[in-house]
Amino acid sequence: MLPLLPAVLLFGSSFGVLARSAGFDPLATVVMSATTFGGSAQFAAVSVIGAGGTALAAVGAAVLLNARYAPMGLAAARSFEGGRLRRLLESQLIVDESWALAQEVGRFDRRRMVGAGLLLYPVWVAGTTVGVLAGASLGDPAALGLDAAFPALFLALTLPLIATRNALAAALGGAGLALLLTPVAPAGVPVMAATLAAAVGLLPRRPLRREAARGGRSSRGAPGSRSEAAA
Amino acid sequence: MSVAWTCVIAIGLATVLIKATGPVLAGQRELPVRAGRVVELLGPALLAALVATQAFADDEQLVLDERGAGLVAAAAAIALRAPILVVVAVAAVTAGLLRALA
Repeated sequence: MLPLLPAVLLFGSSFGVLARSAGFDPLATVVMSATTFGGSAQFAAVSVIGAGGTALAAVGAAVLLNARYAPMGLAAARSFEGGRLRRLLESQLIVDESWALAQEVGRFDRRRMVGAGLLLYPVWVAGTTVGVLAGASLGDPAALGLDAAFPALFLALTLPLIATRNALAAALGGAGLALLLTPVAPAGVPVMAATLAAAVGLLPRRPLRREAARGGRSSRGAPGSRSEAAA
Repeated sequence: MSVAWTCVIAIGLATVLIKATGPVLAGQRELPVRAGRVVELLGPALLAALVATQAFADDEQLVLDERGAGLVAAAAAIALRAPILVVVAVAAVTAGLLRALA
Protein backbone atom coordinates (compact mmCIF):
# COMPACT_ATOMS: atom_id res chain seq x y z
CA MET A 1 0.00 0.00 0.00
CA LEU A 2 2.57 2.56 1.11
CA PRO A 3 4.73 2.38 -2.03
CA LEU A 4 1.62 3.21 -4.06
CA LEU A 5 1.24 6.55 -2.35
CA PRO A 6 4.05 8.32 -4.25
CA ALA A 7 2.49 7.03 -7.49
CA VAL A 8 -0.91 8.38 -6.45
CA LEU A 9 0.68 11.71 -5.51
CA LEU A 10 2.30 11.98 -8.95
CA PHE A 11 -0.89 11.05 -10.79
CA GLY A 12 -2.79 13.56 -8.63
CA SER A 13 -0.39 16.32 -9.52
CA SER A 14 -0.55 15.50 -13.23
CA PHE A 15 -4.35 15.58 -12.98
CA GLY A 16 -4.09 19.06 -11.44
CA VAL A 17 -1.91 20.25 -14.30
CA LEU A 18 -4.16 18.73 -16.97
CA ALA A 19 -7.32 20.17 -15.42
CA ARG A 20 -5.81 23.68 -15.27
CA SER A 21 -4.71 23.44 -18.90
CA ALA A 22 -8.26 22.38 -19.81
CA GLY A 23 -9.58 25.61 -18.27
CA PHE A 24 -10.70 24.33 -14.86
CA ASP A 25 -10.14 26.94 -12.16
CA PRO A 26 -7.96 25.88 -9.20
CA LEU A 27 -10.82 25.43 -6.73
CA ALA A 28 -12.97 23.40 -9.15
CA THR A 29 -9.99 21.13 -9.84
CA VAL A 30 -9.31 20.37 -6.17
CA VAL A 31 -13.03 20.01 -5.38
CA MET A 32 -13.31 17.48 -8.19
CA SER A 33 -10.57 15.32 -6.67
CA ALA A 34 -12.20 15.64 -3.26
CA THR A 35 -15.72 14.75 -4.40
CA THR A 36 -15.21 12.34 -7.29
CA PHE A 37 -12.08 10.58 -6.01
CA GLY A 38 -11.70 8.42 -9.09
CA GLY A 39 -8.64 9.04 -11.23
CA SER A 40 -9.66 7.60 -14.57
CA ALA A 41 -13.03 9.40 -14.63
CA GLN A 42 -11.42 12.70 -13.68
CA PHE A 43 -8.73 12.40 -16.35
CA ALA A 44 -11.38 11.49 -18.91
CA ALA A 45 -13.62 14.44 -18.02
CA VAL A 46 -10.93 17.12 -18.19
CA SER A 47 -9.53 15.55 -21.38
CA VAL A 48 -12.95 15.89 -23.05
CA ILE A 49 -13.24 19.54 -21.99
CA GLY A 50 -9.60 20.22 -22.94
CA ALA A 51 -10.28 18.84 -26.41
CA GLY A 52 -13.23 21.22 -26.83
CA GLY A 53 -16.01 18.78 -25.86
CA THR A 54 -19.23 19.73 -24.10
CA ALA A 55 -19.93 19.37 -20.39
CA LEU A 56 -22.48 16.69 -21.25
CA ALA A 57 -19.85 14.64 -23.09
CA ALA A 58 -17.40 15.05 -20.21
CA VAL A 59 -19.97 14.00 -17.62
CA GLY A 60 -21.02 11.04 -19.77
CA ALA A 61 -17.44 9.82 -20.19
CA ALA A 62 -16.74 10.14 -16.46
CA VAL A 63 -19.96 8.42 -15.38
CA LEU A 64 -19.28 5.56 -17.77
CA LEU A 65 -15.84 5.08 -16.22
CA ASN A 66 -17.12 5.30 -12.67
CA ALA A 67 -20.04 2.96 -13.37
CA ARG A 68 -17.82 0.04 -12.34
CA TYR A 69 -18.07 1.25 -8.75
CA ALA A 70 -21.66 -0.01 -8.73
CA PRO A 71 -20.75 -3.71 -9.12
CA MET A 72 -17.68 -3.13 -6.95
CA GLY A 73 -19.90 -1.68 -4.24
CA LEU A 74 -22.33 -4.56 -4.65
CA ALA A 75 -19.50 -7.05 -4.20
CA ALA A 76 -18.50 -5.26 -0.99
CA ALA A 77 -22.02 -4.50 0.24
CA ARG A 78 -22.47 -7.37 2.69
CA SER A 79 -19.38 -6.37 4.66
CA PHE A 80 -20.68 -2.87 5.46
CA GLU A 81 -22.07 -2.21 8.92
CA GLY A 82 -24.04 0.46 10.72
CA GLY A 83 -26.57 3.00 9.57
CA ARG A 84 -27.10 4.50 6.15
CA LEU A 85 -24.95 7.56 6.73
CA ARG A 86 -21.96 5.50 7.83
CA ARG A 87 -22.41 3.17 4.85
CA LEU A 88 -22.70 6.14 2.51
CA LEU A 89 -19.52 7.75 3.85
CA GLU A 90 -17.46 4.57 3.91
CA SER A 91 -18.60 3.63 0.41
CA GLN A 92 -17.04 6.84 -0.91
CA LEU A 93 -13.62 5.39 -0.09
CA ILE A 94 -14.09 2.69 -2.73
CA VAL A 95 -11.54 3.17 -5.51
CA ASP A 96 -9.90 0.49 -7.62
CA GLU A 97 -6.89 0.16 -5.31
CA SER A 98 -8.68 0.16 -1.94
CA TRP A 99 -11.31 -2.25 -3.28
CA ALA A 100 -8.70 -4.56 -4.77
CA LEU A 101 -6.66 -4.68 -1.57
CA ALA A 102 -9.73 -5.73 0.42
CA GLN A 103 -10.49 -8.79 -1.72
CA GLU A 104 -10.28 -12.20 -0.14
CA VAL A 105 -11.70 -15.48 -1.32
CA GLY A 106 -15.42 -15.35 -0.64
CA ARG A 107 -15.29 -12.23 1.50
CA PHE A 108 -14.48 -8.54 1.45
CA ASP A 109 -12.34 -6.96 4.17
CA ARG A 110 -14.17 -3.66 4.63
CA ARG A 111 -11.75 -2.42 7.28
CA ARG A 112 -8.82 -2.84 4.93
CA MET A 113 -10.72 -1.00 2.19
CA VAL A 114 -11.51 1.88 4.54
CA GLY A 115 -7.92 2.00 5.82
CA ALA A 116 -6.48 2.05 2.32
CA GLY A 117 -9.05 4.62 1.19
CA LEU A 118 -8.25 6.91 4.11
CA LEU A 119 -4.58 6.84 3.06
CA LEU A 120 -5.24 7.26 -0.66
CA TYR A 121 -7.81 10.06 -0.37
CA PRO A 122 -5.65 12.80 1.23
CA VAL A 123 -2.71 11.88 -1.00
CA TRP A 124 -4.87 12.16 -4.14
CA VAL A 125 -6.28 15.53 -3.06
CA ALA A 126 -2.84 16.79 -1.96
CA GLY A 127 -1.27 15.70 -5.25
CA THR A 128 -3.99 17.54 -7.16
CA THR A 129 -3.44 20.67 -5.05
CA VAL A 130 0.30 20.60 -5.69
CA GLY A 131 -0.27 20.21 -9.43
CA VAL A 132 -2.73 23.11 -9.45
CA LEU A 133 -0.51 25.43 -7.41
CA ALA A 134 2.83 24.56 -8.97
CA GLY A 135 1.42 24.38 -12.48
CA ALA A 136 3.78 21.50 -13.11
CA SER A 137 3.50 17.88 -12.12
CA LEU A 138 5.96 16.45 -9.63
CA GLY A 139 7.28 14.12 -12.27
CA ASP A 140 6.10 12.11 -15.23
CA PRO A 141 4.42 8.98 -13.83
CA ALA A 142 4.87 7.15 -17.13
CA ALA A 143 8.63 7.82 -17.30
CA LEU A 144 8.94 6.14 -13.91
CA GLY A 145 6.86 3.18 -15.06
CA LEU A 146 4.24 3.90 -12.43
CA ASP A 147 1.37 3.21 -14.80
CA ALA A 148 2.66 -0.37 -14.96
CA ALA A 149 2.57 -0.68 -11.17
CA PHE A 150 -1.23 -0.77 -10.95
CA PRO A 151 -1.97 -3.72 -13.28
CA ALA A 152 0.86 -5.60 -11.54
CA LEU A 153 -0.72 -4.93 -8.15
CA PHE A 154 -4.12 -6.03 -9.43
CA LEU A 155 -2.65 -9.22 -10.90
CA ALA A 156 -0.98 -10.07 -7.59
CA LEU A 157 -4.33 -9.53 -5.83
CA THR A 158 -6.34 -11.50 -8.40
CA LEU A 159 -4.39 -14.76 -8.32
CA PRO A 160 -5.08 -15.62 -4.66
CA LEU A 161 -8.82 -15.29 -5.37
CA ILE A 162 -8.70 -18.09 -7.91
CA ALA A 163 -9.45 -20.98 -5.60
CA THR A 164 -12.23 -22.62 -7.59
CA ARG A 165 -12.82 -23.44 -11.24
CA ASN A 166 -15.64 -20.92 -11.23
CA ALA A 167 -13.33 -18.20 -9.95
CA LEU A 168 -10.82 -19.06 -12.68
CA ALA A 169 -13.58 -18.90 -15.28
CA ALA A 170 -14.82 -15.56 -13.90
CA ALA A 171 -11.31 -14.05 -14.02
CA LEU A 172 -10.53 -15.31 -17.53
CA GLY A 173 -14.01 -14.36 -18.72
CA GLY A 174 -13.79 -10.90 -17.18
CA ALA A 175 -10.40 -10.19 -18.71
CA GLY A 176 -11.46 -11.66 -22.05
CA LEU A 177 -14.70 -9.63 -22.25
CA ALA A 178 -12.85 -6.44 -21.32
CA LEU A 179 -10.21 -6.97 -24.00
CA LEU A 180 -12.78 -7.94 -26.66
CA LEU A 181 -14.84 -4.82 -26.02
CA THR A 182 -11.93 -2.36 -25.70
CA PRO A 183 -11.66 -1.64 -29.46
CA VAL A 184 -15.43 -1.30 -29.98
CA ALA A 185 -16.91 0.25 -26.83
CA PRO A 186 -16.34 3.58 -25.06
CA ALA A 187 -13.90 3.55 -22.11
CA GLY A 188 -15.55 2.17 -19.00
CA VAL A 189 -17.87 -0.24 -20.80
CA PRO A 190 -15.28 -3.05 -21.13
CA VAL A 191 -14.72 -3.27 -17.36
CA MET A 192 -18.46 -3.02 -16.67
CA ALA A 193 -19.11 -5.85 -19.13
CA ALA A 194 -16.69 -8.04 -17.18
CA THR A 195 -19.31 -8.28 -14.44
CA LEU A 196 -21.22 -10.66 -16.77
CA ALA A 197 -18.44 -13.20 -16.29
CA ALA A 198 -19.44 -13.51 -12.63
CA ALA A 199 -22.56 -15.37 -13.84
CA VAL A 200 -20.43 -18.54 -13.91
CA GLY A 201 -21.17 -18.52 -10.18
CA LEU A 202 -24.47 -20.18 -11.12
CA LEU A 203 -22.56 -23.32 -12.14
CA PRO A 204 -21.76 -26.02 -9.57
CA ARG A 205 -18.66 -25.30 -7.55
CA ARG A 206 -15.53 -27.37 -7.95
CA PRO A 207 -12.30 -26.77 -6.12
CA LEU A 208 -9.24 -26.07 -8.19
CA ARG A 209 -6.53 -28.56 -7.43
CA ARG A 210 -3.55 -26.76 -6.07
CA GLU A 211 -0.67 -27.74 -3.88
CA ALA A 212 -0.24 -24.63 -1.81
CA ALA A 213 -1.36 -21.09 -1.46
CA ARG A 214 0.16 -18.61 -3.87
CA GLY A 215 3.19 -16.61 -2.87
CA GLY A 216 3.24 -12.84 -2.82
CA ARG A 217 0.72 -12.28 -0.10
CA SER A 218 2.88 -12.77 2.96
CA SER A 219 2.78 -9.05 3.71
CA ARG A 220 -1.00 -9.20 4.07
CA GLY A 221 -1.38 -12.37 6.06
CA ALA A 222 -2.32 -15.64 4.44
CA PRO A 223 -6.07 -15.89 3.98
CA GLY A 224 -5.58 -18.53 1.31
CA SER A 225 -5.30 -21.64 3.46
CA ARG A 226 -8.49 -20.85 5.35
CA SER A 227 -10.54 -19.85 2.36
CA GLU A 228 -9.32 -22.61 0.12
CA ALA A 229 -10.40 -25.11 2.68
CA ALA A 230 -13.79 -23.43 2.64
CA ALA A 231 -13.96 -23.60 -1.12
CA MET B 1 -22.30 28.12 -14.07
CA SER B 2 -19.02 27.47 -15.83
CA VAL B 3 -18.42 24.29 -17.79
CA ALA B 4 -15.85 23.21 -15.21
CA TRP B 5 -18.18 23.57 -12.21
CA THR B 6 -21.01 21.86 -14.10
CA CYS B 7 -18.70 18.88 -14.61
CA VAL B 8 -17.45 18.91 -11.04
CA ILE B 9 -20.92 18.93 -9.50
CA ALA B 10 -22.58 16.50 -11.91
CA ILE B 11 -19.74 13.98 -11.85
CA GLY B 12 -19.29 14.31 -8.09
CA LEU B 13 -22.98 13.67 -7.38
CA ALA B 14 -23.18 10.79 -9.83
CA THR B 15 -20.08 9.16 -8.32
CA VAL B 16 -21.37 9.47 -4.75
CA LEU B 17 -24.60 7.74 -5.80
CA ILE B 18 -22.84 5.03 -7.82
CA LYS B 19 -20.45 4.17 -5.00
CA ALA B 20 -23.18 4.17 -2.34
CA THR B 21 -25.74 2.05 -4.22
CA GLY B 22 -24.51 -1.39 -3.14
CA PRO B 23 -23.46 -0.65 0.44
CA VAL B 24 -26.55 1.46 1.28
CA LEU B 25 -29.29 -0.40 -0.60
CA ALA B 26 -28.09 -4.00 -0.78
CA GLY B 27 -25.91 -4.24 2.30
CA GLN B 28 -28.50 -5.25 4.85
CA ARG B 29 -30.39 -7.73 2.73
CA GLU B 30 -29.72 -11.42 2.85
CA LEU B 31 -28.97 -12.58 -0.69
CA PRO B 32 -30.29 -15.87 -2.08
CA VAL B 33 -27.49 -18.44 -2.12
CA ARG B 34 -27.17 -18.47 -5.90
CA ALA B 35 -27.03 -14.68 -6.11
CA GLY B 36 -24.39 -14.72 -3.39
CA ARG B 37 -22.23 -17.04 -5.48
CA VAL B 38 -22.43 -14.65 -8.42
CA VAL B 39 -21.63 -11.62 -6.25
CA GLU B 40 -18.68 -13.53 -4.81
CA LEU B 41 -17.20 -13.86 -8.29
CA LEU B 42 -17.47 -10.14 -9.07
CA GLY B 43 -14.09 -9.79 -7.34
CA PRO B 44 -12.04 -12.01 -9.65
CA ALA B 45 -14.03 -10.95 -12.74
CA LEU B 46 -13.60 -7.19 -12.19
CA LEU B 47 -10.03 -7.42 -10.92
CA ALA B 48 -8.96 -9.43 -13.95
CA ALA B 49 -10.67 -6.88 -16.20
CA LEU B 50 -8.74 -4.08 -14.48
CA VAL B 51 -5.49 -5.98 -15.05
CA ALA B 52 -6.32 -6.50 -18.73
CA THR B 53 -7.43 -2.94 -19.49
CA GLN B 54 -4.74 -1.18 -17.47
CA ALA B 55 -2.00 -3.26 -19.09
CA PHE B 56 -3.26 -3.56 -22.67
CA ALA B 57 -5.78 -0.78 -23.38
CA ASP B 58 -4.90 2.72 -24.56
CA ASP B 59 -8.18 4.61 -24.82
CA GLU B 60 -10.11 2.44 -27.25
CA GLN B 61 -7.14 0.57 -28.69
CA LEU B 62 -5.47 -2.65 -27.67
CA VAL B 63 -1.73 -2.12 -27.42
CA LEU B 64 1.30 -4.12 -26.44
CA ASP B 65 3.65 -1.64 -24.79
CA GLU B 66 5.91 -1.22 -21.77
CA ARG B 67 3.00 -1.81 -19.39
CA GLY B 68 2.51 -5.27 -20.91
CA ALA B 69 6.20 -5.99 -20.43
CA GLY B 70 5.89 -4.81 -16.83
CA LEU B 71 2.97 -7.19 -16.33
CA VAL B 72 4.97 -10.14 -17.69
CA ALA B 73 7.82 -9.25 -15.34
CA ALA B 74 5.34 -9.01 -12.47
CA ALA B 75 3.92 -12.44 -13.33
CA ALA B 76 7.45 -13.87 -13.23
CA ALA B 77 8.02 -12.28 -9.82
CA ILE B 78 4.74 -13.77 -8.58
CA ALA B 79 5.76 -17.20 -9.89
CA LEU B 80 8.98 -16.83 -7.87
CA ARG B 81 6.83 -16.06 -4.82
CA ALA B 82 8.12 -12.53 -4.45
CA PRO B 83 6.32 -10.32 -1.90
CA ILE B 84 3.68 -8.04 -3.38
CA LEU B 85 5.84 -4.93 -2.96
CA VAL B 86 8.57 -6.53 -5.04
CA VAL B 87 6.03 -7.56 -7.68
CA VAL B 88 4.80 -3.98 -8.05
CA ALA B 89 8.34 -2.55 -8.07
CA VAL B 90 9.51 -5.06 -10.69
CA ALA B 91 6.67 -4.00 -13.01
CA ALA B 92 7.38 -0.28 -12.59
CA VAL B 93 11.14 -0.63 -13.01
CA THR B 94 10.71 -2.84 -16.09
CA ALA B 95 8.35 -0.37 -17.77
CA GLY B 96 10.44 2.65 -16.73
CA LEU B 97 13.70 1.14 -18.00
CA LEU B 98 12.18 0.07 -21.31
CA ARG B 99 10.83 3.60 -21.84
CA ALA B 100 14.17 5.13 -20.95
CA LEU B 101 15.90 2.88 -23.50
CA ALA B 102 13.33 3.49 -26.24
